[in-house]
Amino acid sequence: MEFIASLLNSMPGAAAQGLAWGIMAIGVYITYKILDIADLTVDGSIGTGAAVCVVLTVNGVPVWAAMLCAVLAGVLAGVVTGLFHTVCGIPAILSGILTQLALYSINLRTMGWGTGGGKPNLPVSVDKYDLLVTARYVRDLALRNPLIPLAALTVVVIALLYWFFGTELGCSLRATGANGNMARAQGINTNWCKVLGLMVSNGLVALAGALLAQYQGFSDVNMGRGAIVIGLAAVIIGEVLFSKVFRNFALKLLACVFGAVIYYIVIQVVLRLGLSTDDLKLLTALVVALFLAVPHWKARYFSKAVVPAQKGGSAHA
Amino acid sequence: MLDVKNICKTFNPGTVNEKTALAGVSLHLDDGDFVTVIGGNGAGKSTLLNAVAGVWPVDSGSISIGGTDVTHLPEHKRAKYIGRVFQDPMMGTAATMQIEENMALAARRGRGRTLRPGIGRDERERYRELLKILDLGLEDRLTSKVGLLSGGQRQALTLLMATLQKPQLLLLDEHTAALDPKTAAKVLEATERIVQKDHLTTLMITHNMKDAIVHGNRLIMMYEGNIALDISGEDKKKLTVEQLLAKFGQATGSDEADDKLLLG
Repeated sequence: MEFIASLLNSMPGAAAQGLAWGIMAIGVYITYKILDIADLTVDGSIGTGAAVCVVLTVNGVPVWAAMLCAVLAGVLAGVVTGLFHTVCGIPAILSGILTQLALYSINLRTMGWGTGGGKPNLPVSVDKYDLLVTARYVRDLALRNPLIPLAALTVVVIALLYWFFGTELGCSLRATGANGNMARAQGINTNWCKVLGLMVSNGLVALAGALLAQYQGFSDVNMGRGAIVIGLAAVIIGEVLFSKVFRNFALKLLACVFGAVIYYIVIQVVLRLGLSTDDLKLLTALVVALFLAVPHWKARYFSKAVVPAQKGGSAHA
Repeated sequence: MLDVKNICKTFNPGTVNEKTALAGVSLHLDDGDFVTVIGGNGAGKSTLLNAVAGVWPVDSGSISIGGTDVTHLPEHKRAKYIGRVFQDPMMGTAATMQIEENMALAARRGRGRTLRPGIGRDERERYRELLKILDLGLEDRLTSKVGLLSGGQRQALTLLMATLQKPQLLLLDEHTAALDPKTAAKVLEATERIVQKDHLTTLMITHNMKDAIVHGNRLIMMYEGNIALDISGEDKKKLTVEQLLAKFGQATGSDEADDKLLLG
């Protein structure tokens, strides 16, 4: 009984974290699913978003402006990875790793700006600053509950992306990810599209970082470690659970958010069942590996009867 | 319309895999020419088409389309002038996107991509009408994902997309080779119809000598990175497969034509 009560008590917090990570997961969805690039920049750019937001806030910048700057910083990180990949011809995965590594130093520097030198951790108290979201009120039945702005932001992000990916530019981005040859043959500058996709994705990731930093009350240089895996977990959980019902693009993005919320609820459950927080990343990595492996195994070992049938079908085409 | 002057291309230069794919090819196409291209494997047919399309830069020589020098333009900028259908049916369409979305992408070939809607309401009607002409039942499946179509349907759709906006030059790279004979004939018939209707300047590679003779007003045969034979007008109309093989033997001093060309 006590277990259930404590679990229920932790649900609002899990939902809030899940929503913030959900925005991050949407960013991962854009690169991983739409552009077909595994972008590891996000491990750095989530910290960049947090660092920029917190450092500007403690330097007296209004929170909304600090968040806007955080997004722009994320966009810039996306540009760098994009240029590494397209102009310098570095494989996408390595480009992301390079930017991610560079951002570690940049994030340390950023957090030292106007706060007395580089720091690995920078607190921002809701008592002193007018933050948009904070963990303190997460169980309040009031407008200051962080779930409200988080949910509202999620809806705005999904609406904007739904509109964008329906435009000519958004369609050319999707074509770039679906078939680069076809896209170029239709006059689409696939390099520019990749850079643009990385910009949008990392902008969203930085926004998630800015929200998370406010929510937990500090920015930390290590907060992005393994972020890509959590983002992928959210994308994959969302896809596995909702792909049958959610066909519309906006709903697919929403599935990423649900995936992130479910991920955090599951984390709360296993923590309360006695798992050490030290082992969380191990568990996350194993779960994501399993979810990625299952479709592969399914195709390989459980559909022997289907493959020849398909071959026969195409011969009549 | 198309002016190719003395283009050369060597792959993997300076290595053991060095391969001269194009050895100074020059080719001029008049407006409305429908040229079929034949030749054995590695003769440089696809390389010639890829050079014109701008898949990679050529080592030397120049290419111009409709009077515009495109030698140094990247692939996506040349697309403004060129419609393309590839050998691989998977290559010309985006499998995860809908039929109408693919067509809308093709309708905007060579134009800037803006924040206007990716597909307009009035467009759909036009696409439906065009798909009807293909006679493959695609007109009722506008919102189906292209990945659900068969190879032949995808190839026919790619052909339609390549010509949706009249291209100055149509490049067909063995676009029926991966299809079964019946479907290949259907796609080839659609090709002939569209090329005639829009009076398109066309370069079509084929492995099938009969097709090469039946279609188009001019035939070129490539051999070792160059054009070995160029037959047009009345000569082409009277051409038979046997004559073609004999001419090829004379032009290149080789008798390997028979097996290489006939066996593909």
